Amino acid sequence: MTHPIPSGTRDVLPDEMREMRAITEALREVYERHGYGEVYTPALEYEAVLARADRLGFPPTLPPAYRLFDESGALLALRSDMTVPIARLASTRYAHTQPPLRFCYFAHCYREVRPQRGQPRELLQAGIELLGSPAPQGTAEALTVLCHALDATGLADYRVGLGDASLFPALMAGVGVRDERRAGLLDALVRRDFVELERRLGDAGLPDADAQLLLSVPQRRGGPEVLAGLSGPAADAAGGLRMVHELLEPEVAARVIFDLGLVRSLGYYTGAVFEVYDPALGAPIGGGGRYDELLGRFGRGLPAVGFALGVDRLHIALAGEERGRGAGLTR
Amino acid sequence: MSAAINGLTIAVPRGALFDDTVSLLTGLGVDTGELRSNDRKLLFEEIGVITMRPSDVPTYVEAGAADIGITGKDVLAERAIGGAPAAGREVYELLDLGYGRCTMVLASIAGEPDPAVEALRRLGVMRVATKYPRVAAHHLEETGRQAEIVEVKGSVELAPLTGLVEAIVDLTATGTTLRENNLQIREQLFECTARLIANPVAHKLKAAAIDELLERLRAP
Repeated sequence: MTHPIPSGTRDVLPDEMREMRAITEALREVYERHGYGEVYTPALEYEAVLARADRLGFPPTLPPAYRLFDESGALLALRSDMTVPIARLASTRYAHTQPPLRFCYFAHCYREVRPQRGQPRELLQAGIELLGSPAPQGTAEALTVLCHALDATGLADYRVGLGDASLFPALMAGVGVRDERRAGLLDALVRRDFVELERRLGDAGLPDADAQLLLSVPQRRGGPEVLAGLSGPAADAAGGLRMVHELLEPEVAARVIFDLGLVRSLGYYTGAVFEVYDPALGAPIGGGGRYDELLGRFGRGLPAVGFALGVDRLHIALAGEERGRGAGLTR
Repeated sequence: MSAAINGLTIAVPRGALFDDTVSLLTGLGVDTGELRSNDRKLLFEEIGVITMRPSDVPTYVEAGAADIGITGKDVLAERAIGGAPAAGREVYELLDLGYGRCTMVLASIAGEPDPAVEALRRLGVMRVATKYPRVAAHHLEETGRQAEIVEVKGSVELAPLTGLVEAIVDLTATGTTLRENNLQIREQLFECTARLIANPVAHKLKAAAIDELLERLRAP
């Protein structure tokens, strides 16, 4: 007899489990070596506690997909990432501990899926959070741990896209885009719809040069040269990225691609953001960034940075690279 | 070295957008002779082209099976509406290519009173047949009307003529097919044209190749 499991979930059998375990062990060894102690938090949390992560007056960007009532009628939610539970844990359990605090985790998170798109409802994330270490040093440390961890798994051809979540808002403020226009422009960029971005810029009543700047800057990606030619707060954001880059050891710096259009869909990012790409996979393997305001909403205002890798995607990319090498392909 | 555009794999739509897309590729210096002459072949490795129905283009591009692709805004709109927030698995919409211009419309049997309005007034709900269930449901919801969406795969025009529904939401270029079937456009939802889309990872790792192509396509 066969019995179904929910779409977007799956069983892991021994052959796959051994390979996944090898990946997580390699990651854990690197995280621990860099001083990141492993924590585990409950998959179920109070919905109201997780909701503290949302910025007042802004819609939640990653609302919990699964909510339920406990026996006393309290509303619980399955976590959709680990950053928010760790912010809760740090302010509760480490309220008076001298920063910086370093944590790593290997935990399942739960997301809403679109039907028939192969999206996971339950995904295993392996990541770190570095609390109390500001930019640029903290960001450089997180990127270093990220690259060392990926190297330890044997992934060969990955690149890390590095951008800044504050850059596009700073650009809009710099050229004086009216407040009521900003959300729509940012939304087009978050959806990576450059046609819509161009249309909205055309409607925004900006001088041509300013509209062109707002359309072209988010499409800049490549070496440090893409950071040039900005002014005002956008130049500050770009300067911050350059400082992070200068702090990186050469092997890590060589992995970085600057991407001025990089915006992560999570609303709590405030500064540098990054994503991991590999030619063997059509989607990012993981990502992260700075969230300097999130911990304050839980009562312990520390600047923070972190990242999460999707273990399943990392596994697929490793298998893809292996296949590529076996067939003598270079891609 | 293949004769593919900047070494990129491109997903090309068969159907209404095919001829204009082939002309575009020819203009970019791609040898499209076999692409024009052989409509059974799907994979043209030597020029980096794969052909498929337009609605499959985003699927191949999203998964990275093609680096870039061309498809209609109608297809992209239907995929974008509703569902979970992007989990990093999306396509980038880079350029409006301008051809294949059509309008997404709501139409019903010609004449007054509009049978869709009548159904809404007397029965509280209008039945709407469409190949774009999300677009149709979203539009009717946004305009505060109750609707029952009936998804059909083939000729949508048939549905109101047989009494299956009172209205349709469909794409039309000239309106000829609608007129021939005694249907009247009641509302225009949005304009659709062919769009150039890209895989998010290719957009980073093959940035120079994609930007150079964009520049050539933007050049007048």
